[in-house]
Amino acid sequence: MKSNQEGKQKIYKPILAGTQEWPVVRLSNNRKQLIEQISEEAFQKLIKVQRGHSLREELETTLYLEKLRIKKNPWAVDPEDDYSFWNKIKHELVDLVGSKDASSKEEEILRRIISRYANEIAGNFKKSRYKLAREIIKFGFKRLLNATRIGGFKAIFKNQYTLNDKIQIKGKAKQLRKLAKLGTVVMVPTHFSNLDSILIGWIIHVLGLPAFIYGAGLNLFNIRILAYFMESLGAYKVDRRKKNPIYLETLKTYSKVAIEEGAHSLFFPGGTRSRSGKIENSLKLGLLGTAMEAQRSIFTRHPNNDGRKIFVVPVTINYNFVLEAPNLIKNYLSIKGQERYYVENDEYSTSYKMVKFLVKFFTKGSNISVSIGHGMDLLGNYVDGDGNSIDTKGRIINTRHYFVSNGEIAVDEQRDQEYTRKLSEIIVREFHRINRVFASHLVAFTAFNLWKRQYYKLDLYDFLRLPEEELVIDYADFRETFIEIRECIFKLKKANKVEVAGHLKGNPDEVILTGITNVGMYHSKRPLLLSKEGKITTQDLNTLYYYHNRMDGYDLEKEF
Amino acid sequence: MISKKNSNRPVGVIGAGSFGTAIANILAEKTEVLLFSRDPGMVKSIAETRVHRDKSIHKNITPTGDISYLANLCDVIFPIVPSSAFRSVLQQLSPYLYPYHILIHGTKGLDILLPGNKDLNTITSIDRENVMTMSEVIMDESVVVRIGCLAGPNIAKEMSANQPAATVVASHYDEVITQGINLLRNDYFQVYGNKDLIGIELAGVLKNIIAIASGALSGLGLGENAKGLLISRGMVEMIHLGKAMGGNVPAFLGVAGIGDLVTTSNSTMSRNFTVGYRLAKGDSLNTILETMEEVAEGVNTVQIAKLYANSHKVTVPITEVLYRILFEDLKVEEGLQMLMKFPYNVDIDFL
Repeated sequence: MKSNQEGKQKIYKPILAGTQEWPVVRLSNNRKQLIEQISEEAFQKLIKVQRGHSLREELETTLYLEKLRIKKNPWAVDPEDDYSFWNKIKHELVDLVGSKDASSKEEEILRRIISRYANEIAGNFKKSRYKLAREIIKFGFKRLLNATRIGGFKAIFKNQYTLNDKIQIKGKAKQLRKLAKLGTVVMVPTHFSNLDSILIGWIIHVLGLPAFIYGAGLNLFNIRILAYFMESLGAYKVDRRKKNPIYLETLKTYSKVAIEEGAHSLFFPGGTRSRSGKIENSLKLGLLGTAMEAQRSIFTRHPNNDGRKIFVVPVTINYNFVLEAPNLIKNYLSIKGQERYYVENDEYSTSYKMVKFLVKFFTKGSNISVSIGHGMDLLGNYVDGDGNSIDTKGRIINTRHYFVSNGEIAVDEQRDQEYTRKLSEIIVREFHRINRVFASHLVAFTAFNLWKRQYYKLDLYDFLRLPEEELVIDYADFRETFIEIRECIFKLKKANKVEVAGHLKGNPDEVILTGITNVGMYHSKRPLLLSKEGKITTQDLNTLYYYHNRMDGYDLEKEF
Repeated sequence: MISKKNSNRPVGVIGAGSFGTAIANILAEKTEVLLFSRDPGMVKSIAETRVHRDKSIHKNITPTGDISYLANLCDVIFPIVPSSAFRSVLQQLSPYLYPYHILIHGTKGLDILLPGNKDLNTITSIDRENVMTMSEVIMDESVVVRIGCLAGPNIAKEMSANQPAATVVASHYDEVITQGINLLRNDYFQVYGNKDLIGIELAGVLKNIIAIASGALSGLGLGENAKGLLISRGMVEMIHLGKAMGGNVPAFLGVAGIGDLVTTSNSTMSRNFTVGYRLAKGDSLNTILETMEEVAEGVNTVQIAKLYANSHKVTVPITEVLYRILFEDLKVEEGLQMLMKFPYNVDIDFL
């Protein structure tokens, strides 16, 4: 593989000497206190903002939704007293009707619910388990890699390949390390595969950073092995079944308090994996908003500007091959256009399937590159090596000033929301800017659009239904267009709008070959093939569409 | 007495043109105002005579020629300068601005940023990134994010006479809208809020095109049927172009859209109307521009709008014809004939 030769990875020293210093360790040492603080803050917020409902209505709605969840969608990970807890709440609410001190009782019930949620959400980080988990992952991955790369079962104990050879880290790694010392980092990666969180966990370790906390779907905790690793790696639990305001407020408060306390955090701001294969173009604002709130709160509590600054670091993960691609794209095509409740359909619902997935990934997956973006403040201004926000004219901005009205820090939720929306747009722009174009993405893009142009009268769905046998491109035609599109990419790169993998440069025939060999290389049906007669064909147009989508958002379609 | 809400800092107005001065006078009823002009003679004469452009200046207004002083003292600033000077004024102001500043502009024009050595006459196609509204210029040139704009039927001369008028304060931020309302609202000046900043800016900008056309109809001595036709079709054209440039339809249906359009299209006081009127009377564009005291934004807007519409395949017959009248010596009468023969007859197609 060509991209293998792009250079050996650097080894980074940990930025904090002992794990004792890690923010996440400090958090877990004060778990009880933390949960109390979260509960109190969430309670105050829920009491203050009534959303046009009385507290009783809010409680009744929550009760109804929770009972529905328990009945319709129970999970192995749910606590045993789930039913009895909510049943008790139900009876208490019934008893309260007409009672004199109803409102104080209702508040007490609200507190109990919040505290239950907070306990459920809060992670259970243990540094001994973290180390162990990390070693297991490291060891396991290394063995798997060597077994497949060198070949044969015996090779399983050779040390020729390490994860570092397989995963390229590009971009602002050094700055990220600096920022993690200066302040609190909120890392926001693109999300294409279930492997992303493990991958990012690995990157964080390689870069010598302390563990980050991140929200992991509660469904993943159904799988024992995964639950063990995730708890150890600083995950807190997010239950997507629970959509009631009390739960959501508690969840957001957890994230806000943790960030405020200095825990580096990881959000996948797209919410779920990109089903289309496109880089996220709109982000979920909920968790990003908690970072905004945390920053404002830090500024309020530290009038002398000695509070920690929060840095947002966008990250893109670039794959030649996403194992879930065929399923994801099928899913995307079937739900596109209709917002409907999405029932999480897991590719691996048991430990066995999970391990199988990992084995497949590490034995089959081709190289991966992770691009680390420029650190920014919460308004999307780039920061320099000292963590100062810099405006486009090169002047230093005091981020605090964004939260000031009439000379002092003011709480203005609408303004925070607007800032969060602005930040999300900038993160999307940065994603596209740091995205590294692989040959595989570009061949998929070129081939798909050539075919699409040929059948320009068909809409997307009819087009995708064409029999694959009918789709053939002469190599010479393909080559010509590919070179044009590659030129466009180089122009974009020059304008600083995208990054380009080293292997994309050079002899076009070699680049095309690299691309075609690598794009979705281990799917049973290959998205692109080059026949001996010099014809380009596909075995799976949907998957080709998926890989082609990676180049969406650069306005390149107009070249066809 | 200054209300506590507005804090006790003065409010800044940049630009002592007729609209800037009118706004300063309205603001001065509630708060201290610093009025900036880059002409030292003007600053001096306002300070000494307390009269400017034949209008008396409120006692709460202090003229100044020091833009950094104004920025340091004022958290809320109203830049009201012609679009052609807007960017350079912002560049001058920018070093003294901080993210806590609120800027509410009152300029109804567009800024154009072209690559390299191109200008509007040589370039054949423009994209949205080449055309900026004033709020985008503010964002481009400064760290300010709390940005708003004023737009609506507010002819400076009528406002100075305390006749009823209204404006829209548009901003993404509630805070900016509230500040704008608190500062400007009085018994004869109604203030509405709107969240569609770009839409409201575009409504104010694009209506100037129709105002020129309306002046031309008037100059030809045509009656109310023709005007009704122009205003309604002009509206449709504004909406199509406005949508193509990132505004939403509702912005064009309110005070800043229809309200301002009807006003300007009927007002012999309006500068853009005057341009059209005199064109129809046979004056050349150059003669008209040379003899005008203040800038008619519409002329520049026609040029940009036509180019933009062509680049993005938006049908804009009125703008197209006006362009030819203004820059290609087409006779107004001929232009009118062309429009009447235009083969498009769907009434409403934007809802």
